[in-house]
Amino acid sequence: MASIDSTQEAVGLLKSYEKKGDILIVELEGELDHHFAGKARESLDRLLDDTSIRHLILNLKRLNFMDSSGIGVFIGRYKIIKNRGGEVCVTNMKPHVNKILELSGLYKILNPYDTVSQAVDGIRREVI
Amino acid sequence: MKIKNEMKLEFLSKSQNEAFARVAVAAFASQLDPTLEELADIKTAVSEAVTNAIIHGYDSSNEIVIINARLYDNCIDIEVIDYGKGIEDVELARQPLYTSKPELERSGMGFTVMETFMDKVEVSSAPGQGTKVRMIKYISIENTETERE
Ligand SMILES: Nc1ncnc2c1ncn2[C@@H]1O[C@H](COP(=O)(O)OP(=O)(O)OP(=O)(O)O)[C@@H](O)[C@H]1O
Ligand SMILES: [Mg+2]
Repeated sequence: MASIDSTQEAVGLLKSYEKKGDILIVELEGELDHHFAGKARESLDRLLDDTSIRHLILNLKRLNFMDSSGIGVFIGRYKIIKNRGGEVCVTNMKPHVNKILELSGLYKILNPYDTVSQAVDGIRREVI
Repeated sequence: MKIKNEMKLEFLSKSQNEAFARVAVAAFASQLDPTLEELADIKTAVSEAVTNAIIHGYDSSNEIVIINARLYDNCIDIEVIDYGKGIEDVELARQPLYTSKPELERSGMGFTVMETFMDKVEVSSAPGQGTKVRMIKYISIENTETERE
């Protein structure tokens, strides 16, 4: 079992990340616009180089802003995870972030949950 | 309608200025006492238009992006202008999911976001000359009432 100690500090938009079995949990922070999208994409993809990861949970609790550049980042990571037969979940969305995700139709491919632990349970339930 | 206030911003088309531009316009708009949601809508729409000027209008060269904003009793009128490469077919560009740069992981949702979050969006553009996006957002009356008496 991964404990809280295994949570790694990360740089840029990635506040921290943690692996729970085949699930990668990443907490994003700050503002996901075009300026920060490149860094976010790069750091996420570096973590996803670990091919034992099948599912991705993005904790958006500290994501204060996002525009269509963020939509592109989410769709790109979804494609990677989908190829591995996994799912991408988003949790703790602020109202503005929720509005963008809804408007862009991203909830057709990303599964929303209130909390990370609910997302973990959701993924495990589907696996069983 | 009488103009209550007016401002103009000019900055280089550097991606660092995307945050600067949306925060500056939001700070200006807050004189109308908008709700947090209205403010977030304005920020996002400005971010979309400015990002488009930077990545589509000017590609990677550093040129000037201009924002003009006017405050009226119940709305803000914002223009985002670049003198970059322009748009050949504005109607096509405004379609949801249309992007000329799919290789950059763009989703083609920028104009759709602007249209959804603002009350009016006008695009004027000419190839080789540049693009002007004009957006109007009405601010809910309850917020401005006290100030307007
Ligand atoms: N200022 C501009 N100058 C030149 N072309 C533009 C400009 N703004 C938009 N366009 C054109 O309109 C298209 C659609 O813009 P839109 O913002 O909707 O999508 P995008 O920028 O391609 O992707 P996204 O905003 O979702 O990241 C762009 O791909 C581009 O071809
Ligand atoms: Mg755009």
